[in-house]
Amino acid sequence: MKAQNYDRPNIDIAWCPGCGNFAILKILKQALAELAIPPQNLVITSGIGQAAKTPHYLQTHIFNGLHGRALPAATAIKAANPQLTVIAEGGDGDMYGEGGNHFMHTIRRNPDLTHLVHNNMVYGLTKGQASPTSQRGLVTPLQIDGVCQEPFNPLSVAIALNASFVARVFVGAFEQGVAVFKAAIQHHGYALVDILQPCVTFNKLNTYAWFEEHTYPLENSHDPGSREQAFARACEMERLPLGIFYRSQDRKVFEKQLSAYREDQRPLYQRPLESTKLQNLLDTNRSL
Amino acid sequence: MHSSPKKNLPEDICIVLGGAAGQGIQTIETGLTRLLKQSGYHVFASKEYMSRIRGGSNSTQIRVSSGPVAAPLERIDLFIPLDGAALTHLCPRLQAASLVLGDRANLPAYPGLIDMPLTTIAQQAGDHRYASSVTIGAVVGLLGICLELLDDYLQQRFSDHPSTIIAGNRVAAAAGYQYGQKLAKTGTMQFELKALASVTGDLLLSGSEVIGLGALAGGCNFISSYPMSPGTGVLTFLAEQADEFGLVVDQAEDEIAAINMALGAWYAGARALVSTSGGGFALMSEGFSLAGMIESPLVVHLAQRPGPATGLPTHTEQGDLQLALHAGHGEFPCLVLAPGSLQEAFSLTRRAFDLADKYQLPVIILTDQFLLDSLTNIPALDLHNLQPHQQFVETDTDYARYRLTASGLSPRGLPGHGAGLVCVDSDEHDEAGHISEDLVLRTAMTDKRLRKQSELLQDAIAPQLLGSDDFHTLVVCWGSTYHVLREALGALKGLPVAGLHFSQLYPLPPQATAWLRQARQLLVVEGNATGQFASLLEQAYDCTVEHRILKYNGLPFTVEELKQRLQSLLDAPD
Repeated sequence: MKAQNYDRPNIDIAWCPGCGNFAILKILKQALAELAIPPQNLVITSGIGQAAKTPHYLQTHIFNGLHGRALPAATAIKAANPQLTVIAEGGDGDMYGEGGNHFMHTIRRNPDLTHLVHNNMVYGLTKGQASPTSQRGLVTPLQIDGVCQEPFNPLSVAIALNASFVARVFVGAFEQGVAVFKAAIQHHGYALVDILQPCVTFNKLNTYAWFEEHTYPLENSHDPGSREQAFARACEMERLPLGIFYRSQDRKVFEKQLSAYREDQRPLYQRPLESTKLQNLLDTNRSL
Repeated sequence: MHSSPKKNLPEDICIVLGGAAGQGIQTIETGLTRLLKQSGYHVFASKEYMSRIRGGSNSTQIRVSSGPVAAPLERIDLFIPLDGAALTHLCPRLQAASLVLGDRANLPAYPGLIDMPLTTIAQQAGDHRYASSVTIGAVVGLLGICLELLDDYLQQRFSDHPSTIIAGNRVAAAAGYQYGQKLAKTGTMQFELKALASVTGDLLLSGSEVIGLGALAGGCNFISSYPMSPGTGVLTFLAEQADEFGLVVDQAEDEIAAINMALGAWYAGARALVSTSGGGFALMSEGFSLAGMIESPLVVHLAQRPGPATGLPTHTEQGDLQLALHAGHGEFPCLVLAPGSLQEAFSLTRRAFDLADKYQLPVIILTDQFLLDSLTNIPALDLHNLQPHQQFVETDTDYARYRLTASGLSPRGLPGHGAGLVCVDSDEHDEAGHISEDLVLRTAMTDKRLRKQSELLQDAIAPQLLGSDDFHTLVVCWGSTYHVLREALGALKGLPVAGLHFSQLYPLPPQATAWLRQARQLLVVEGNATGQFASLLEQAYDCTVEHRILKYNGLPFTVEELKQRLQSLLDAPD
């Protein structure tokens, strides 16, 4: 398949010119095309924010739900029909702020889904306030003396919780982006891709040049099978490593452990109601 | 008037057991109700308990009767306090005729207390922990139920325990039974219960179990919830059935996750339920509104307990009606149902799944702690035409999820089922489900969503008239007050009064209008402090409620209390 197969004609894209979201959309389409995932088999869930509008700009099934709540919806969609490829997509405020609790607990469940987080370290849609990943000192219309909180480190949190796939990419590195997206989608289990991107309108600190200067690819010698190494690399804050930090095949996949799929692989909607079983259940209740 | 030569003996006795959490009240209730039902008696049990794992003062009331009963009584015929706190807590309800049985060694002095040396008998049988079996045996002996049945029951109940424990409990129960028989011979408690062979084969179910069974019958195959009393019982029941029925059960990290998971599940073709209480449902409010916007079916079991905030977690109230009616921001249709009986709890829950699916909107099943923790025998649950009608379609390439239609209903596709793409959006959206700020479209989409509300009235459930239709006074109730009003009205025979029970609370059924117009005096009974349904009734039907009979101390209405309050308000007959 080609990336163009995912194009939606005549759409009015709500992003600012130069927004990092355009690059993410391009990476996503390319990765999906190379994996030959038909739009009819792909569901993208999202929350609210400029990043969460992404699924509207490609050919896919969409569940664009509430702010912060893309992960619970994605988990349930996968659990109701494991044959679908499921991606949850949104921004840093959506996924790490409003949806922070779901972030933690989705990692604990480990459903087979890909979690794409556009991380521009600022709130875009609400016009420039701090996000959980904003760096200390970032001055905003709301944090007028600069952000005074420790920035949220999604990678170290995910690795601490034993997430089964943890990666970071930068929108400026297209090839690596496509490779990591593909690996994340193919991974069996929860896969986090934190995507560094500039916000050209509201974040004057973390610009394209800043990211170029403050990121570098993980060396080939990095062992993604080592959780200790991965955690140490995730804690680097001066210059941010890019690539696959951690990957584990040991974790069991949420929906595969559900008794609903122990003997029957059909999605729930294809199953008839088992009236005999219900009758039996009632009959048992009638006796001593 | 000719009087019967034979003294009229009661055919309905009320047994109350009281004690601390952990003293075995639940075990005794389970055993007694099962044995009584199996012996052919109608039974009804309801609980009052405190929000703690050990200690406190809990009680259970078991009515045993020759006919069907399903409402709590004030009266206590046989009281078994297991500790001093139970005696203090319940002694205001005792009358001269109440028989009080208890272990004198463990209780403060109480005049009239008949000693039942539970601990001694249990210890003689081998272990003081057999005391519950002694109590079950004593009551069963007192009521004259056959010992063999009790013995069979204990063998089943303890079948996965070591043989010494089975034997010990059987010995303990037999000794309790002897004690009960001896007491019966003294004639201290007189009754004339009639056993019915038909009742022995009845179902014996709690409200929580019946809601769970209704969900299964409605095709529910997905439940995501966060534990919260009294809504947890349904979650637990369905978890127990997960293996057999292939259900997806998830204990969500919070209620917000629970409802968003349920919506994701419906989107992908499952039939999902969330079970919660007022506080949890308050957290679900935004997700409820999402169901309205994306036109997703959804079934919410909202189990009421007294609020505000944490309130009385293990008690009962009908205080969340307004919460249910106004749940979710913005304007969208929904359906609120409130079952009055266990049969109705089953049928309405089952129906909720079909209606949610048919009209693509959220449905609330509004229950309360009293209904959920009540246990009674019922002959059957209706399993006819069980296969739910599949409401979704296979999509083609032109598929648009929100096609504008005259009825407001657009065919619902599922991702992965057909050639089309299924797009749903919490933003205002176009017919294809894509985000839109077209203001003409906005009006059209709002109108489309609201058109379903009038469609919904085609399936409106008419209220049920209790009593004769030549009434002057009409007493309205809703939800779990059905049985108590029915029984209280039955005790007011000869007066021109009838009851009207609503089980559909929103949208209100048009069929009620004629009854309400006929009433010269209109009363409303409900378990809250402000008369929420009375206000709704006045607004919706343009009627005047003369008096609101309210209760909000955490306990359900009792038959005697309601009868007395009704009596004091009734207009004198012409």
